[in-house]
Amino acid sequence: MFVEKKRQKKKEMSRVAVCGGTHGNELAGVYLVRERLKRRADGTEPVSVVTVMSNPRAVQLCVRYVETDLNRCFTRATLSAPVSETSPYEMIRSQELNALLGPKGSAQAVDLLCDLHNTTANTGLCLITYSDCDWICLHICKHLQARTNTKMASTPVRYVHFDIPLNEAYSLDSVGKHGFAMEIGPQPHSVVRSVIFSAMQEGVQLMMDWICQFNSGTLFEGGWVDVYTMVKNIDYPRDSETHVITAAVHPNLQDRDFCLLHPGDPMFLSFSGETLRYKGKEALYPFFINEGAYYEKGIALSLARKRRVEIPSVRSETLR
Amino acid sequence: MSCHTSPYVSKGLLCLVQFHSVRLLGGKQLEEGVKQHYFCIEKIKMALVFLPALARMAVCGGTHGNELSGVYVVQEMERQWKEKGECAWPIPVTTVLSNPRAVKECRRYIEKDMNRCFNRATLSSPITDSSPYEVLRAHELNNLLGPKGSTDAIDLICDLHNTTANMGLTLIHYTTSDWVTLHICKYLQTKLTKVPVRVLVLDVPISDAYSLESVSKHGFSIEVGPQPHGVVRADIYTIMKEAVDLTIDWIHKFSSGMVFEGGDVEAFRFIKSVDYPRDPETRTLTAAIHPQLQDRDFCLLKRGDPLFLSFSGETVKYEEEEPLHPFFINEAAYYEKEIAFHLGKKMMLTIPSVQVQKD
Repeated sequence: MFVEKKRQKKKEMSRVAVCGGTHGNELAGVYLVRERLKRRADGTEPVSVVTVMSNPRAVQLCVRYVETDLNRCFTRATLSAPVSETSPYEMIRSQELNALLGPKGSAQAVDLLCDLHNTTANTGLCLITYSDCDWICLHICKHLQARTNTKMASTPVRYVHFDIPLNEAYSLDSVGKHGFAMEIGPQPHSVVRSVIFSAMQEGVQLMMDWICQFNSGTLFEGGWVDVYTMVKNIDYPRDSETHVITAAVHPNLQDRDFCLLHPGDPMFLSFSGETLRYKGKEALYPFFINEGAYYEKGIALSLARKRRVEIPSVRSETLR
Repeated sequence: MSCHTSPYVSKGLLCLVQFHSVRLLGGKQLEEGVKQHYFCIEKIKMALVFLPALARMAVCGGTHGNELSGVYVVQEMERQWKEKGECAWPIPVTTVLSNPRAVKECRRYIEKDMNRCFNRATLSSPITDSSPYEVLRAHELNNLLGPKGSTDAIDLICDLHNTTANMGLTLIHYTTSDWVTLHICKYLQTKLTKVPVRVLVLDVPISDAYSLESVSKHGFSIEVGPQPHGVVRADIYTIMKEAVDLTIDWIHKFSSGMVFEGGDVEAFRFIKSVDYPRDPETRTLTAAIHPQLQDRDFCLLKRGDPLFLSFSGETVKYEEEEPLHPFFINEAAYYEKEIAFHLGKKMMLTIPSVQVQKD
């Protein structure tokens, strides 16, 4: 007996935002935004795209942030807090971006917000989002994963999920009705590598292609996507008094993002030569291994569970 | 440098001077000149030069606060000192965290790049309340480890750095005529097999030399990459630690009377820098290092080879006639210094055998 997969109908996507420079030293997104702004739309695109340099002051100084991490300023609490001249720059800016691309949670918010990031970790390309059942985001991921014979062919594409309710979701991508961070690594901060820039450019282009096809009524067949759901973070071993780190990520773990970590596997190598091992009971998938910006946040790596999520076929509800 | 040299070396040096003055001749005279040159080189290699002992050494990390291998090597050495005292190393070693404020904030520098503050002009100009933090600190370090150019200066500074460029282990020195430094380089090249070890010379007179290691009598920088700034990788840390341990090992062996055989050391001499293509108005980059050049430090760049790939997809090529070797390709800290990469010429330096001078 032939069973038809459940089909989802979605409204077409009329407004999309592409944001770069949310962290001013993550340069692939900065240069991609500059390039897109140079070639302004000639009005013939089937979807309206707004391109935004999220944190211009941090970009100018080539720092992650000026006073506080902009990509932690989009919780409901921060977005609704009163601002004054003495408020941190990034807090003022997050409210500006919320007015421009949101308001978060309202009907006026952009349909899709793609926020461009780089990491020093060997993550390949990740779409990072707050939902494991947002069929738009999952279909876009499937679309990027399916591409072959392109420059991106050797870059793995994965879907990462942070299980946080919308009110507490703190990053810029949570402002759109649908949204994700497009994270590509490895790239040192304050450096632009040509292949990373090309991979990001292609990722954005494929995303736009999917949206255009979707808006024109294409049926996207269902299927499945592996979803990595964040479980916990692990910090570096630190000196109990000075809080200074006493070990680096072990060479066996370094650069092995998304390779299964088993209990007993080496995790850290101390500066005096001792190996420290993973003491958890459950085998998990590490990612963001040795991200430069996370030392100050007390994160050496994050750990995720993987599960296969089945996605329905989708087609836009175009008014014909 | 004062040393007791054998008669061969003095004759050898004289031959070299004569050779360079006959370069302009042709034919048979040139042939004779070349023969003499190689005769001299062989003589230098066979000669034994006696050099003064090296009493004190300093290992400096965190000269740039976000180049983390050096920060943690110094941290580890300080821990070893606390644990073992004088027995930590076979020779006296001073460890220094060069720029503590920049290390605390994990930045390259606070106000000014400290590793550009050690030229004579900066070290001799008076300090005021408005002097940048790094200039104040440079004066402090010059008092602690120098004064630069004086007989009180420490014998060797080993200054630890990281780069985002794929340079493996590169030993950087400002002159080609320091045999102690070149012997240490040769020793590291022999002993370190898992990573390429190269020697880079800047060919700058000592008073113009602006980096920390120029404060000592025989200093050099140990540069290891690739590593992102603000990140410590275990593999890079291990390479750097091993290089420091081997340097201490060489000094100990030299001080104990061991003869280190002369020979040829391949080195790269800095020629010039190349900047990124930039927008003439905004000065922002319009291209990145081409994928075929990225990570290929010390390869040979020939005319027509790709250099940059613009963000709109055009390739910019190397147009010069002379093939040269690029290095510091895509170093993050050099974007603001308007350097995409440096170019250098490969050369062979001949060093004599050396032994410590006996009193």
